[in-house]
Amino acid sequence: MFQLLGIAPQALFGQLLIGLINGSFYALLSLGLAVIFGLLNIINFSHGALYMMGAFCAWFLLTMLGVGYWWALLLSPIAIAAVGMVIERSMLRWLYRLDPLYGLLLTFGLALVIQGLFQNAYGSSGQPYEIPASLTGGYNLGFMFLPVYRAWVVLASAVLCLGTWLIIERTKLGSYLRAATENPALVQAFGINVPRMITLTYGFGVGLAALAGVMAAPIYQVSPLMGADLIIVVFAVVVIGGMGSIMGSILTGFGLGVIEGLTKVFYPEASNTVIFVIMAIVLLIKPAGLFGRAA
Amino acid sequence: MAGVKEAAATGGAQAASLDHQLVAFGVMVAFFLIAPFFMYPVFLMKVLCFALFACAFNLLVGYVGLLSFGHAAFMGMAGYVCGHAVKVWGFPPELSLLVATAAAALLGLLFGVLAIRRQGIYFAMITLALAQMVYFFCLQAKFTGGEDGIQAIPRGRLLALVDLNQMLPIYFVVLAIFLFGFLLIYRTIHSPFGQVLKAIRENEPRAISLGYRVDQYKLIAFVLSAALSGLAGATKAIVFQLAALTDVHWSMSGEVVLMTLVGGLGTVFGPVVGAFIIIAMENYLAELGSWVLVTQGVVFVACVLAFRRGIVGELARLVKKPL
Repeated sequence: MFQLLGIAPQALFGQLLIGLINGSFYALLSLGLAVIFGLLNIINFSHGALYMMGAFCAWFLLTMLGVGYWWALLLSPIAIAAVGMVIERSMLRWLYRLDPLYGLLLTFGLALVIQGLFQNAYGSSGQPYEIPASLTGGYNLGFMFLPVYRAWVVLASAVLCLGTWLIIERTKLGSYLRAATENPALVQAFGINVPRMITLTYGFGVGLAALAGVMAAPIYQVSPLMGADLIIVVFAVVVIGGMGSIMGSILTGFGLGVIEGLTKVFYPEASNTVIFVIMAIVLLIKPAGLFGRAA
Repeated sequence: MAGVKEAAATGGAQAASLDHQLVAFGVMVAFFLIAPFFMYPVFLMKVLCFALFACAFNLLVGYVGLLSFGHAAFMGMAGYVCGHAVKVWGFPPELSLLVATAAAALLGLLFGVLAIRRQGIYFAMITLALAQMVYFFCLQAKFTGGEDGIQAIPRGRLLALVDLNQMLPIYFVVLAIFLFGFLLIYRTIHSPFGQVLKAIRENEPRAISLGYRVDQYKLIAFVLSAALSGLAGATKAIVFQLAALTDVHWSMSGEVVLMTLVGGLGTVFGPVVGAFIIIAMENYLAELGSWVLVTQGVVFVACVLAFRRGIVGELARLVKKPL
């Protein structure tokens, strides 16, 4: 078997795949954060907790109602998006006239509540979630073994991200959204119901997080803590990419996942911190972020 | 932040308000002087350490308008440095506290240089991410003891005179450290330097146009806040003879935000009141395990939605004087 820089190709491509999968989740979550931030001017700290709820919702559906993965993929994001819209209607909308930092504090508090409740009910250990039968197995590509489920996650997230980009950048609905991001008062004056749009946008961003949670369930265990540390990495991803561009969030998410995966191969000690180091370097060179607009 | 501005606007004449603050300060000092005789001193020392931590944090969020979500890094790292200095290097407590405070200030300088390049919401995210990096560093580094932390840190004798193993002497040493930090922050806020900080909080572009080098002011305030957070963390390490990962974890950064929010952002005495309430709450709820997390979250949500001035902020509104 050939060697690359002293690393077995199985290890290299294996980590690259894990990097791509992590990157998919970074992309889906940072995309949701960026869409929400664009319209609500709020950084949704409870994004990680809602991602965790998405995974738990799929697990409830399976263990209590016997509803499988494919239906969970549809039902869980809808359920969590509904939860998100209730949060937006009942709490967040009181904060729009205040400093955006209050939104961060409120959603941080919500994240603590959600995480605490799930920790009370299920402890800190994870619940296993089976890979659906139709996605088990894998392909032997010669240089590595590719599990079907993992290939599916990467493909599905890429399609989702691109689909979101298309909707926002290329459809009429997306043009309303972009207009409302620029000037909500003017868009409202044209007869578009901006408050409802804000609610739906929050629901959509949260739904994306829940969808990521469902896809993550068979790969990682379903645990109350799964979102807490992830959200901090996603914040770093958002700082690196800058929230000005949808495509920027997607590319940064996937790219950083891959870099993290490669770090695991070549210098495992730094794999936890490499994204934060990159963030520090980007801040020194291009403070607005790679795709951000200068303030 | 809006609540802060209102609290500051109720000020009126600066001179008249000083009397009120003097009275409040007297009440606070009197309370902490008498308290150890009828309350558990270890609990009070914990309150004092967190009160200093929250005051240092409030210097940044209340008077410069910078919300740091990474202050646990300074507190936790200083705790580790202090523990290491005492236990491995055999330094006396006073020198260990100094070294740890200097280490936190240095870390604050590094954080500050990076984080003040962005404003508002990004500032919070950057400090959070940098603090998470420090957390992973502490998890992996040799000198921190990983999951175990640094345990059984000897308390020693302060200046070779005061035996810190006895309850009342160490209590009054901690009280003195807290008062030193508190008065330093008070002096900073009410100095010309502090006025510039408030000007930056109220209107940064105008402060720039008036010729102030805003970034330098922010950086100095950040380093000062980090150093005092470090002093609090180092003192805590000596009191509890322990430096552990919980003090570097993001939840600790959240806790100090909560203390300051409950007490009143941008008030002089708010963080002290907030620290007392949150620590007392955690003590009473300790058996309930992760319900503490839920309670903290609920208090957060309630404060942001309905109680943004905090306890001392509301009091200040009642007496129409800043407190």
